[in-house]
Amino acid sequence: MSAPRETLRDGDGPGSRAAETLAMTWRTPKGIVGWLSNIDHKSTGKRFIVTAFAFFLAAAFLAALMRTQLVVPDNHFVGPDLYNQLFTMHGTTMMFLFAVPMMQGMSLYFVPLMVGTRNTAFPRMSASAYWIYLVGGLTLYAGFLCNTGADAGWFAYVPLAGPQYGIGKRSDFWNVLVNFSEAMGLMVAVDLATVILKMRAPGMSLRRMPIFAWATLVTSIMIIFAMPTVMLGANLVQLDRMLGTHFFNPGAGGDVILWQHLFWFFGHPEVYFIFIPGLAFISSIIPTFARRPMFGHDAVVLSLISTGFLSFGLWVHHMFATNVPDVGKSFFTAMSLMIAIPTAVQIFCWIATLATGRIQWRPPLLYVLAFFFILVLGGLSGLLLGSVPIDLQVHDSYFVVAHLHYVLIGGAVFPLFGAFYYWFPKITGRMMDERIAKWTFWIMFIGFNVTFFPMHILGLHGMPRRIYTYAAQSGWGTLNLVATVGAFIMGWSVLLFVANVLAGLWRGKPAGENPWGAGTLEWSVPSPPPPYNFVRIPVVSSREPLWSREEGAPTHVSGLSAQTREGLVTTVIDALPDVRYGYPRPTIWPFFAALAVSLWLDWSIFSTQGFVWGLIPPAIAFIGWFWPREKATAEALALEKAP
Amino acid sequence: MKAHAIAPALLAALASPAAWPQAAHDALQPAGPQAAHIASLWWLAVAICAVVFVAILAALAWALWRAPRAQASTPPEISPPPAAERRHARGVAIALGVCIVLLVVILVGSISTDRALASLPLQDAVHIDLTGHQWWWEATYDDPQPDRIFHTANELHVPVGRPVIVTLHSDDVIHSFWVPSLDGKKDLIPGRTAQIEFRADRPGDYRGQCAEYCGLQHAFMALDVIAMPPGEYAAWAEAQRRPAADPADPQARRGRDLFLSGTCMMCHAILGTTASARSAPDLTHVASRARIAAGRLANTPENLAAWIHDPQAIKPGANMPANLLAPDDLHAVVAYLETLR
Repeated sequence: MSAPRETLRDGDGPGSRAAETLAMTWRTPKGIVGWLSNIDHKSTGKRFIVTAFAFFLAAAFLAALMRTQLVVPDNHFVGPDLYNQLFTMHGTTMMFLFAVPMMQGMSLYFVPLMVGTRNTAFPRMSASAYWIYLVGGLTLYAGFLCNTGADAGWFAYVPLAGPQYGIGKRSDFWNVLVNFSEAMGLMVAVDLATVILKMRAPGMSLRRMPIFAWATLVTSIMIIFAMPTVMLGANLVQLDRMLGTHFFNPGAGGDVILWQHLFWFFGHPEVYFIFIPGLAFISSIIPTFARRPMFGHDAVVLSLISTGFLSFGLWVHHMFATNVPDVGKSFFTAMSLMIAIPTAVQIFCWIATLATGRIQWRPPLLYVLAFFFILVLGGLSGLLLGSVPIDLQVHDSYFVVAHLHYVLIGGAVFPLFGAFYYWFPKITGRMMDERIAKWTFWIMFIGFNVTFFPMHILGLHGMPRRIYTYAAQSGWGTLNLVATVGAFIMGWSVLLFVANVLAGLWRGKPAGENPWGAGTLEWSVPSPPPPYNFVRIPVVSSREPLWSREEGAPTHVSGLSAQTREGLVTTVIDALPDVRYGYPRPTIWPFFAALAVSLWLDWSIFSTQGFVWGLIPPAIAFIGWFWPREKATAEALALEKAP
Repeated sequence: MKAHAIAPALLAALASPAAWPQAAHDALQPAGPQAAHIASLWWLAVAICAVVFVAILAALAWALWRAPRAQASTPPEISPPPAAERRHARGVAIALGVCIVLLVVILVGSISTDRALASLPLQDAVHIDLTGHQWWWEATYDDPQPDRIFHTANELHVPVGRPVIVTLHSDDVIHSFWVPSLDGKKDLIPGRTAQIEFRADRPGDYRGQCAEYCGLQHAFMALDVIAMPPGEYAAWAEAQRRPAADPADPQARRGRDLFLSGTCMMCHAILGTTASARSAPDLTHVASRARIAAGRLANTPENLAAWIHDPQAIKPGANMPANLLAPDDLHAVVAYLETLR
């Protein structure tokens, strides 16, 4: 087969023949098969965002049940068996099924738009990752609805999760969920890191790259280093449970502390790959609403990178109460305090940005300002927890429950809601109601503090975590009542937010390309962006390409084929054009492969045979996926030769 | 009939706030040197954090107050005046320097508190071996003379002013020893041995509770530490070492026979009888304890009867089975246990 005789090149603006051809080339396949084959990064990103939000609502509902149980002493609303499943499912959902996929979904959607390319590097892999994630989450919840919900905590300490004390299939569901969600995380991380390093628009050197892309790069690399340890750990537990190995059996030379090291070596960076995207949302929103570039851009970027490194040196502060050696503990205290420094740098740079800017008071900024109150409080209580002696008092008490919610909700969820308001117009083409947004904010802010602040005091008064009820004589009743009231206030704010989203979709004002007057590339394309993102690949000559450009610098590149999905690979540091790259086309195979992998993992919950024979369907699916296709190869070769 | 008779008694016991005395469990009201060291570090660190928190919010408020208002159409300021930028950079650097200094203060405070905790004088210490079980505590008071070793459960008595060394083991899953008024926590880890030292300087009841999630009844795995003047402590320990006396009362004697011929003795031990199993709390002096079922219930005859009759209704998942005794038999067993002072 020969190449198209004459290749139509892009480079003309909207409305031209090239633009029409691009629309044909990049159109989303139709029908149910087309929907399942879609590999547009924006569709995959949206699917991640919507699904992760659904899991957020599910986990919030479980939290409401827990708060109802704890509202009065000696309550009988749920029993211990269900309560233990509730808190395990809540933590597992929030960490594995909400936070990581949500942040990765936001990055999948926005990073290619911000760095000026037409799709991600491995869009089929990310599309496949989505289906793996979806089936994994549904598997965990199917188990929960059949009274087989994981019940050993989101940290799944052995021996409680091991063969002797973890009854039934509950912990098997948890271990296999880890495989699902970490496979998803790794696949998306590899895709995102590649886009950021190799597919930036020409001229977008690392020094001009948006902070959001930096944060995504840092978290992706952290994921690649951290997630394998928890996968390894979970599979070792699974071997203990299903094949009778003794990795964690002290009676046969195993060690239960080994699990804690494996888990927290992942678990602490995990917190930071939820938190770093939160910081990036703030660094995206503040400059737009302060009408100036980020103060101390380089310092902020370096802070993100150093946070990524330092976060791998903190894991033992989750284990201060075990008998690890004291000298080692002091090192981890020092590291835990040191990680406050890069966060402090960012906070001061944001304050300086606001102080020297001109402020646009809009809802996204409000959510970001909540960060200063909530995250700073959570970060300071984190310093207390980093100190060994203080930690020994408050560790595993309600103080930690308060701390972690201040950090994760203040550091990630409030900025995330700000980010929703900020980018909703880009994703949907419509604005959300600002008055409702402000109401939502204040209800959420007040509800949050009423829920979680009292928990600090409960912890100091000796209330341990993960207890399904408490005696009236403990004196913990009043503050628990207050916390429950706060939780319901907060619940209302989330419902109000959902209503605002639906109202915005239904009859929000049209947004236009750039409703906030922002400076990064995603705001240069229509809202919602077309499947090919950019009619012309932009050339970048400053950090905020929409705000300023160098005199005489070219505005775009031209000459990529409009008839095939072609993109530009650039160099890592300077983003000089390097080679042309053929993007993969939509296909159903990633979906099949995800189903096959899911079948294998689900089967392995129930039988070791399933672990072996279950590998056959993925093998078939991957052979189908990677089977060379003559037509595609010929086209690629022809393009390679074309001038 | 018995279920009907017992349920109201049980409810009455649970509902009455005076069922057991208010025990102290507050990390910030220390009753011994260890908790006191931690509390003073706490106040130092909290003071620093409070100042930083207020300063950051004040700086933010100042920034928002000082910046003029704008619209989406306001042209962005691409290159802000370099002099002003330098001034603000200096401000950021100074703030950062202050933060680093404060972090070092916390670090030094933390390490010196660590050293203080490790240097509690341990002469003349009371040695206790504490083993965590799902969901109760087994305590063995060590002594160089083997015949002076004795066992108890869920309630430690310690002499005021003397250090206590507790050696921690676990029989099943991970538990954690935590008595906030006396010291921070230490985990009980299967396959490993840990140690914690503390001293109580004031007599009183200090409540503790397992702090590491350990399964169904993690919520009710309480441990009372009762600090008493040395004389009283010596008398208590002497009483604990004595075997159980033969009951004089015929009903109690019948209860003893039921205990020893039924299933009770398969798990429990009573010194001075043939019951010597160690998979459940030692009952030699059970009537001397303030609470039963690891702090779940006050130790009253009614609660004891309810607990023996159907532990699962009170502590679902506990390893004690229901005992379908006839009412007379149940009351006889309770009468016997009440003699074990």
